[in-house]
Parts: sequence; structure tokens; C-alpha cells
Amino acid sequence: MSNVVTRPLPSLDEPDTGPFWEATSSHELRYQQCRECNKVVFYPRRHCTNCGSSILEWHVSAGEGVIYSLTVIRRNGHPYFSSILPYVVALVDLDEGFRMMTNIVQTAPEDVRIGQRVKVSWEDYDRLSLPVFVPVVNAVSAKPAEDKVVS
Amino acid sequence: MTSHEDAAIVGIYEYPSRVIEGKSPWDIKAECARLALEDAGLGWQDVDALYDAGENGMGAGFTAAEYFGLHPKVMDTTAVGGSSFEFHTAHARRAIREGKANVALLTYGSISRSQSNAIGTGGRVSERVSNPVNNMENPWGLVLVGNYAMAARRHMYQYGTTPEQLAEVAVTTRYHATRNPDAVNGLSALGIRHTGELSVDDVLSSKMVADPLHVLDCCLISDGGGAVVIAGSGIVPSTRRQPAWIAGTGEAIGYRENESDLTLTAATVSGAQAFGEAAIRPDDIDVAMIYDSFTITVLMTLEDLGFCKKGEGGSYVANGYLRYDHPGGPALNTDGGGLSSNHPGMRGIFLLIEAVRQIRGESTSQVDSPAYCLAHGNGGWLTSRHASGTVILAR
Repeated sequence: MSNVVTRPLPSLDEPDTGPFWEATSSHELRYQQCRECNKVVFYPRRHCTNCGSSILEWHVSAGEGVIYSLTVIRRNGHPYFSSILPYVVALVDLDEGFRMMTNIVQTAPEDVRIGQRVKVSWEDYDRLSLPVFVPVVNAVSAKPAEDKVVS
Repeated sequence: MTSHEDAAIVGIYEYPSRVIEGKSPWDIKAECARLALEDAGLGWQDVDALYDAGENGMGAGFTAAEYFGLHPKVMDTTAVGGSSFEFHTAHARRAIREGKANVALLTYGSISRSQSNAIGTGGRVSERVSNPVNNMENPWGLVLVGNYAMAARRHMYQYGTTPEQLAEVAVTTRYHATRNPDAVNGLSALGIRHTGELSVDDVLSSKMVADPLHVLDCCLISDGGGAVVIAGSGIVPSTRRQPAWIAGTGEAIGYRENESDLTLTAATVSGAQAFGEAAIRPDDIDVAMIYDSFTITVLMTLEDLGFCKKGEGGSYVANGYLRYDHPGGPALNTDGGGLSSNHPGMRGIFLLIEAVRQIRGESTSQVDSPAYCLAHGNGGWLTSRHASGTVILAR
């Protein structure tokens, strides 16, 4: 594995989503909920997408959910992603009611299924961590997240 | 009810080559504009409404007017990817109806192929500047085709759709492409060795790009260009060709939301609008020009427009039901579509052009005297943010 080619990482300075990524460094998977109408908002913003309120509260997800859909990427011209082919990109429905894009790791792509229960795992980088997911059945025997550290 | 005869497409031109050398995209647009106006029997300065999808960068509005040398009274740069031209058609009809303009010009020019834009599986990680969207999505390595693959995967899960059924869409469009000399020459020019008909097995044995989509489930990447001229009812009698009246239009935007059903597209909304305006039903459509970025795009759109029930798209497209010479269903993408004719990035203009050819009786896979042809553009990405534009044309 080459560590020379680096993975594209999110910016901590992006105003709407920066706080989400800052929290990942302490392995917190955050989402927002409107204090006025209780709508769960994701991706992070500064307003409620249901009622327009600007009063959103941050919550920490338990990090478990179900795979809504997925694909196995077998071609990507990007230097980093081409080095990890094939890999799984998925949409996961978290139990708290938000849907997020992520990677399903530590399991063979062919074994990943829609409807599978998954749990967050963390890939640690300098100033943030990426919330990837692993199937819950495999999670018990999965290697600790620290083994996935790239930099 | 609105009149079906307020505005019509009176001029069309499609650039014949799929690999274009030594021309700028703006030059391609201007050449197509000149020939579409000639087709209509209208002059360059008759144009008083200009539409641009911004495929050649920012400032499209003033750059287009300046480059063409036009002074439009109406300028519209609605940019919703491949569906932009269906939106433009809707807007042009409105502007003409309101008396703001008489002759609208839509143009498109792209050298995506020659610039080697790897659109579907490119290495680009969207914009350099972070925004809320790309800051949440760039880390996961989702290529464009992956969005569509997730839609397909979910559709299979919910409805039992099979890879074989998806492949049928590519088989049908290739069947039509083999009858279109520009498409066949284009396939050769793009370096595709097998330019004949495809079988389901051909599609399934082509390389997997993003499960469950194979290379032959994906559109081509070509150069290309085109232009469409729309005129009001007062101008139509002085044009040269059979008008294709704009009987109904619909526009809608869809995006991923928590708990939303991602097997549905915004076509459910745009289609209902267009059919309502035209006061017809899907059964009345003779030719369906459906944006075919990928096979799944067609299957889901046909369902959402109401050609078949939700979830039954797989069996609907099977057994050549949508071939131009098959009785029953509408003829699908009779020019060969984006899958087998051309796809320079935003294909919406070619859907309109081929629908007009059918109304005029000039398609290479001509349906017998079609009364209604539908053009449906899909811009953006399924399972994500996307735009749906539906246009129904009538004789």
C-alpha cells in the first residue's frame, strides 16, 4: 500500500459542515435536529430544511444503522481511489433517522448487502477521522480501528 | 387548458461527427445555430430569445450573446445538466406566450471526448473549493456512475429487477443506432470495434464499472453539438418545415433526503405536469426519447413517467418491446441514444432533435405518423441531486 498518494479529506474550514468533521477527531458522529419541529437534518446546515428555523441542535449518533444501497467501485481515475479498488460506497440509514454516504470496509465487497446492519468504525487522520462502516456481524472480530491508520 | 399551438420547434440541427477536431465548442454552437435557423427558414437576427446551459463555463449568458452577435430580449442560462434543454424549451414557450419573444435559440457544443473528460469514472474530486455538499461526499470515492449504480442496486432489491433487464435497454438503443449512419460512424470514430447489434450477453460480459452497471450499461463519451429553434404561432406560418408543437412541459428537481425512496426520480413530478398540460396519457406517446446516461436511468424514468407501474420497468423494457418496429410500446431513443449514438455530457438537446425528426417523418427508425413524441431529460445524478425536464411534442 502506498501512503504517498493521499486520500481527499474534507475541510474543517467549510462553515456548514466543519463542525461535523471537527467532532470526528474524538470519534463522534454528529447530526442535527431542529429544535422547533424536530426534523433531523443531514448533511449539516445552518437552517432546518423542513421549517426554515435557524435553531438546530447537534446530537451524537450511536453509529449504527442499515445499508440503504451500495455499489462496488471498480474504476476510478483518481490516484488514491484507484489504489484501493475495488471498494464499496454505500448510503447508510442511521437509527437516528439520517442517511449518509460512506465506505463499507473490513469485509469483501461481494459480501456487502442492502439491509445489512452496520456500525461506525473510524479511520484516523491528523485532524479528523473518517466515519466508515463495518457489518455488525463482522464488527466483533474486526481489527481495531487503529490498524487502519494511514497517516 | 393551455393551447397546444402557442409555440413550436421549427428548426433543428445535430452536428454529425462524434469526434470533432480543430473547432471550439463555441464555434460548434454557432455552426449548429446557423444550420438550425436555415432549417427553419429564419434569419440570424430573427432570434430574440437566447438559451444557454453553460456547458462552456461561467458567464454563459453574455458570452453566448456576444459570440453569436445577438441582442436577445430574453436570456436564460438555466443550467441543470443534461436536462437543461428541456427546461429551456419550457421557458421559451412561456416567454413566447407572454409576448416577450418570438424566436428562441437553444444551442449546445462540447468537445468532451477530445478533451478526454473521463465523465463517468473521472479522477476529479469535484471542485477545489469546499462546499457543504462536496465536503461530505468527496472522501468516499463515489464516481458519477456510482450514483446510478446505487439506484440500480436499490431497484433490484425492491423490485427484483435483473441485470438482464437493464441490458435490454442497451440492446434496444443499439438496434436503433445500427440504423443511424451518424451513430454507426460515430461508434467507429470513438474506437468501438463492434458497431453491430448487441445481445444481452454482450452487455453482461462487458467489464463491470460499478456494480451492477457494466461498460455497456453506460453512455458513450463523445464530442457533439446541436441547436433547436422555437417560434411562436405568429412566426410558424413563415417557417419552412412541419412544426413540432410544444403540447406540454414539466420541470422538477429531486435530491437525496433522509428516508426518501431513491428508486423514484423527479420525473414523477415533471411527467405529471407535462401530461396534464398536453391532456394526454403515456399510452398516447408514440416515441419516447428518454435520457439514457445509463440503462437504469431509462428504466426508472419510464416507470416514473407512467409508461408502466413502479417496479415493473424491468419486464416492460424486455423482449424488444420498445423497438421502433415493435407494436405496442413507444419507440425508445430511435437515434441510438446516449448509449449508442452520442453523449458529449449534456444530451438533452438531442432528445428534442430526434423527437422533432420523428414528428417530421425523418428518423432513421421512423415510427408511422407519430401524433405525440416525448423528450425527457435527466440532469445531475440519480440517488442524488437531479433535474427532470419533460417535453411533449405534437404534430
